[in-house]
Amino acid sequence: MAINIPQTTVNFTVKGTEIRMVLQGHLDCIHLGSVWRQTFKFLDKNSAENVVIDASDVVYCDGSGATLFAKVREKVKGNMQVVGLKKEFLPLVDMFELETLAPLPQKSKVSIIEEIGRATHSILKDLREIITFTGELLVAIFWAMKNRRQVPWGDTWINAESAGVNALPIICLIGFLLGLIMAFQSAVPMKQFGAEIFVADLIGLSMLKELGPLLTAIVLAGRSGSAFAAELGTMKVNEEINALVTMGLDPVRYLAVTRVIASVMMTPILSCFCCLFALMGGAIVILSLGYPLVIYMDRIAQAVTITAFLAGVVKSVAFAILVAGVGCLRGLQTGTGAKAVGQSTTSAVVSAIVLVAVADAIFSVVLFALGI
Amino acid sequence: MEPIIKVKNLTAKYEGHMVLDSLDFEIHRGEVFVILGGSGCGKSTLLKHLIGLYAPFSGSIHIDGDDIVTASQHERKKILRKIGVMYQSGALFGSMTLLQNVQMPLKLFTDLPPDAIETIARCKLKLVSLDAFAHHFPAEISGGMQKRAAIARAMALDPQVLFLDEPSAGLDPITSSELDELILQLAESLKITFVIVTHELPSIYTIASRVIMLDKRVKKIVAVGSPHELRDTSEDPWVRKFFKRGKDE
Ligand SMILES: Nc1ncnc2c1ncn2[C@@H]1O[C@H](COP(=O)(O)OP(=O)(O)O)[C@@H](O)[C@H]1O
Ligand SMILES: [Mg+2]
Repeated sequence: MAINIPQTTVNFTVKGTEIRMVLQGHLDCIHLGSVWRQTFKFLDKNSAENVVIDASDVVYCDGSGATLFAKVREKVKGNMQVVGLKKEFLPLVDMFELETLAPLPQKSKVSIIEEIGRATHSILKDLREIITFTGELLVAIFWAMKNRRQVPWGDTWINAESAGVNALPIICLIGFLLGLIMAFQSAVPMKQFGAEIFVADLIGLSMLKELGPLLTAIVLAGRSGSAFAAELGTMKVNEEINALVTMGLDPVRYLAVTRVIASVMMTPILSCFCCLFALMGGAIVILSLGYPLVIYMDRIAQAVTITAFLAGVVKSVAFAILVAGVGCLRGLQTGTGAKAVGQSTTSAVVSAIVLVAVADAIFSVVLFALGI
Repeated sequence: MEPIIKVKNLTAKYEGHMVLDSLDFEIHRGEVFVILGGSGCGKSTLLKHLIGLYAPFSGSIHIDGDDIVTASQHERKKILRKIGVMYQSGALFGSMTLLQNVQMPLKLFTDLPPDAIETIARCKLKLVSLDAFAHHFPAEISGGMQKRAAIARAMALDPQVLFLDEPSAGLDPITSSELDELILQLAESLKITFVIVTHELPSIYTIASRVIMLDKRVKKIVAVGSPHELRDTSEDPWVRKFFKRGKDE
């Protein structure tokens, strides 16, 4: 259907204190734009006591057109008449009265001091919530160990699969490449001293004690911490968490514990795989430098002690608790709406990485003091 | 007068499972048209086909003379501008205030200046008596208010047809009857055609000019007419039972 829609136009004539507006065409939201601009530009420039709108050539008018009439009437404080409008559109002229609209709230200005205060308060509040949640989580884990039958193991295994098994390829790849890169980068300067075989010590110790657990924790934060936050956050938004609470189920016990247990089971294993593949990466460099594999293995066996290995395992368990725990906490803290879920997810990853870094620093000091 | 919506031979399937079987009906301009039927009989499905969200398995749907099924992307945009939809769950954007929700279609589709968009949006909110809540987020208001806000957003572009999916479900009787009044008032003053899915009998008796009734078992329309007509004169005992609130005669 091709209809010729006449241009929507407005013309003004000033007669003493009266402005006469001649409107033509379609007064709907699609065609109203330029008419609206011209009208208020003109009314701003020319003050008038009285406006007469000649609408005899208005073909169509809808709610947006009605808003135009209302706005003009507000502008000239009520001294507006509409003439010639088709009978069917007449009710629209008085449909809206802008004076009766509820006023929009003024945006309040916030001083810097107030903002600093608010920020500090929210950081302290967050810290308190993390500490409370850690307590709740520990209690829940002890409860789970005592009441093993009541733990939803099905969920735990599913989470173990998604947080652990499915992360294996990326962990192995990153470990392998990291080993390769470290070996390559260190072999060149060490060669100057004829010490390139000590690359084995470097990779063995740094991966097992430090980088393996750290890297795994960061991947866990990106893959699973965020997923936990998004899952629990969506449940919170959909009031599923409230449903659990009213059924008498504690969300920490029912949702967080399974995820934390799953992560604690899988992270040390992932970390071991990471180290293993890093050593393989190192082996390739060493082989390419002309050393036999036996010597490389021998160096590693000498450099890496069982305590160093166990220290790495303990670290990755601690990191797993932090990452999974804060992921669940952020999920449970989610506000309302889709945006809130996104915020929780981001905040889960950021908090997890910060917590892991802090914990790692503490571990370094403790391990140093213990002489490991 | 030409009907504003014409449905011919519409068959709808979900992955081979048939929900609607060759429906034929027309919706006239300015009427309040109600789609009725038991839960799960395909009312929402029918609505989503009418607004072009789903492509039918077969058949055609004309809105104001244009076929929405075969329309190109550009034509479809033009058709969609003529209709407004309130989804069953409201579907307001949670990250925006009510005012921003109503302003959004205006910003997307028109070249109106910002103050015009704001004024129009506030007037739409006034129509549903929510002008005092313009700066609230959807999560901060009740379910009934969310539905009214969703109607305000659906009306942002002054559509010729408004589709409402279960507008009064979950509302208290007073809010629900206020909503009915709003619908009648809008149909009267703005000449909007309404296509409404609802179960609420009192509301149907108040607002509906015409009703079609879908039946899950045959997947077809089993009754067409005004609600009073159907209650008193339908030959189908199931239809009469529905209109007498499930009481057997
Ligand atoms: N996205 C979908 N995929 C498959 N089947 C669906 C889908 N949506 C609805 N159905 C099925 O289609 C039928 C009609 O659903 P619906 O139109 O939502 O009913 P109602 O009349 O309650 O609004 C139901 O049997 C439902 O199971
Ligand atoms: Mg439905």
